[in-house]
Amino acid sequence: MKDKILFGYTGLFDTPDSIINAAKKASEEGYKKFDINTPYPVHGMNKAMKLPPSKLGYASLVFGLSGTISALLFMYWTSVLDYPIVIGGKPFFALPAFVPIMFEVTVLSAAIATVLTMIIVYFKFPNISHPLHDTDYMRKVSSDKYGICIQADDELFDESKVQLFLKELNAQSIAPVYFDDEETENKPSAFDKKFIALLAVVAIIVSGSTYILLNKVVYSVPFNWMMNQNKISPQQSNAFFSDGFGMRNPVEETISRGNLPYQFKNKPEEAGLLLANPLAFTEENINLGRNKFDIYCSPCHGYFGNGDSRLRGQFPNPPSLHSEKVRNWKDGNIFHVITEGQNIMPSYSSQLTRQERWAVVLYIRALQRAQNAKESDIQ
Amino acid sequence: MEVLDYSKELSVIEGRPALREIDEIISKPLNTKPDKKYFIALLVTLSMVGIGAISLGLSFYYGTGLWGNNNPVGWGLPIVNFVFWVGIGHAGTLISAILFLLRQKWRNGIARFAEGMTIFAVMTAGIFPLIHVGRPWLAGYLFPYPNQHSIWVNFTSPLLWDVFAVSTYFTVSFIFWFVGLIPDFATLRDQTTNKIKKVIYSVTSLGWRHSNRHWQHYEMVYLILAGFATPLVLSVHTIVSFDFAVSIMPGWHTTIFPPYFVAGAVFSGFAMVQNVLIFIRKIFNYEHIITLDTLEKMNKVILFTSMLVGYAYGMEFFIAWYSGVQVEQFTFINRAFGPYSWAYWIMVSCNVLFPQLFWIKKIRRTIPFMFVIAVLVNVGMWFERFVITVTSLSRDYLPSSWAYYKPTLVDAGILIGSFGFFFTFILLFTKTMPVVSIAEVKAVAEGSQPSHGEH
Repeated sequence: MKDKILFGYTGLFDTPDSIINAAKKASEEGYKKFDINTPYPVHGMNKAMKLPPSKLGYASLVFGLSGTISALLFMYWTSVLDYPIVIGGKPFFALPAFVPIMFEVTVLSAAIATVLTMIIVYFKFPNISHPLHDTDYMRKVSSDKYGICIQADDELFDESKVQLFLKELNAQSIAPVYFDDEETENKPSAFDKKFIALLAVVAIIVSGSTYILLNKVVYSVPFNWMMNQNKISPQQSNAFFSDGFGMRNPVEETISRGNLPYQFKNKPEEAGLLLANPLAFTEENINLGRNKFDIYCSPCHGYFGNGDSRLRGQFPNPPSLHSEKVRNWKDGNIFHVITEGQNIMPSYSSQLTRQERWAVVLYIRALQRAQNAKESDIQ
Repeated sequence: MEVLDYSKELSVIEGRPALREIDEIISKPLNTKPDKKYFIALLVTLSMVGIGAISLGLSFYYGTGLWGNNNPVGWGLPIVNFVFWVGIGHAGTLISAILFLLRQKWRNGIARFAEGMTIFAVMTAGIFPLIHVGRPWLAGYLFPYPNQHSIWVNFTSPLLWDVFAVSTYFTVSFIFWFVGLIPDFATLRDQTTNKIKKVIYSVTSLGWRHSNRHWQHYEMVYLILAGFATPLVLSVHTIVSFDFAVSIMPGWHTTIFPPYFVAGAVFSGFAMVQNVLIFIRKIFNYEHIITLDTLEKMNKVILFTSMLVGYAYGMEFFIAWYSGVQVEQFTFINRAFGPYSWAYWIMVSCNVLFPQLFWIKKIRRTIPFMFVIAVLVNVGMWFERFVITVTSLSRDYLPSSWAYYKPTLVDAGILIGSFGFFFTFILLFTKTMPVVSIAEVKAVAEGSQPSHGEH
């Protein structure tokens, strides 16, 4: 036993009162490196041992807040910067909708970080060995005794004095505790290179297999049957048809719903003779016509149909709508021009529905009347 | 009438067991070989798991068409079961965290078991969202990781909040449970003579040596975790209720849902804890640790939450009438008198009427009575989720799309499997870990704390 290194002296007590007393005396004597071992936390022991309050709260504060902030920044980055998508008309940065996840991430990171801090900093994990383990002392304090252990590396430690001190406190089974040989040589720590390398290997294996699982395995047989279905996808070629295209055009002359073909294609005179404006001269129709005229016609024809284009010569100016010719046109002729286009004016049949086109015709008539008012109109 | 002396704190542990006795009685199930009854129980639960596994296998092979889910009722039994099991878990966190913060010493005897139950219930609940998507192997898409579509999850969706809430809840509950187990593992490590057990307990106790320099930080961590778990447990069922309340379905789109769901969760969770503890204390002779007083206190909580839930039922009707929204009014009339009225009245009678019997002290303290009432509470709470999920969906705004939802045999098989899964873990737990916290029970045993005259 002589070659063993002394760790400290231990003594046992029977009641919580006596261990509190022992702790008080030990700290009054000036011992710094002593410890109390009790099967459960004894009230008032921290005060008796003169321990400063635990600082673990700061760890949870720091890690919890970093969790909140990183969750917020991450959601901001994904939803505003990296891939903004409008969902349900909400703004990209929808703070109220981000709150639940910010809260959950805060709790998660604070809880994990606090426990890890305790385990690594205070329990010295992964070093789970200690001279006190596997001693009779430990077997008793983990069940029903209260123990004190004064360590040999304390400045005031003196073998005979400590023995006397424990005896004066009426401690039972006072005994020395020695280091195991293995323990003195081998001291693992969380910051050991080997341990960190082990963690890194585990992290690489876990992330690698997750990546392969999520990005490769689920796209291979038999999990991909939904992706390779027995049907022709858009833009796919197909040998079944003589032209080799998978996509088919509709049969010629097919009429899509709501798009009756225009009967007077290239027949402006007949349009003028046979078409009549179905809309009544009401305020509602005039307003619709003005709205559409201002949007689609006014850029070239001007707000009042004078041919004063706002396009500053980038597109030739059209003639005025107040000319003798246009004023004498039938409604059907104007409708025909809007539908078919004329000279360099394109067709507006896809921008304006039939009803809207007739409303524009009404509005043009109103403009013409306003610019060429008769005596009888002024009343 | 007996007179209580309120100036003295009643002991939560009956008799004055020596601390060593507490060790022995709690670790006894771990040191003895399981008997025949244990294996029979395990056989039953494993067969239930088998039924669930076969039902799930069929569902994945033939597709989810085997379930009763139809066109308006897209959320059938899987979502009902999910909400039910998450709710069961809530009592565990309430007992271990909220009652800890409120310094309720009687929780010490039942906290460990309730925490374990939380973990198993959340595990069981987790099965359902996964199977409900039909292709559980694609569940990875629920997490925001850089995937090959280079698209992110929708952070504004309650369904995604659910993913975060439930996974956080599981992780934090597990950590809380494990931290509580560390000192007990150390005690077991010092007791055992078996070499394999010694290695296992040495690793799981993380080198714990009951040092007060550790207890100091340990108690701080316990306090912090309890402080985090308390808002967490409230947030989890709140977010589960958001799955319903954020939508615009009549009967779902109400602000009462979060508190209503949390109260219901605590209600059903306490009933489940009480049910299982009645067996545990009998089988393992823990009658003086999990005392009749403790069970009575739990029954009082059940009575209280029953009235909260009853208030919520009434208030839903009141607000439907008061809001003047016709669809809302129809939904509630339909709940009580429509095709699902049978489910509604099972819910009301089991959740509101039967627990009122707990006003009578005799019933509160008679084990067979309280057991039956708690079983009824769990039946009622399962039906509550059924009523909420199914009645709103089966008759929504468009009468032309109304349809009656009927669960199929496969649905029933999955439900049975979930109970088997849960109770299998409970059974394994009772034989592998101390179901009562050794250190915490010692701390509240009589004479275990220094007398006040000393300081």
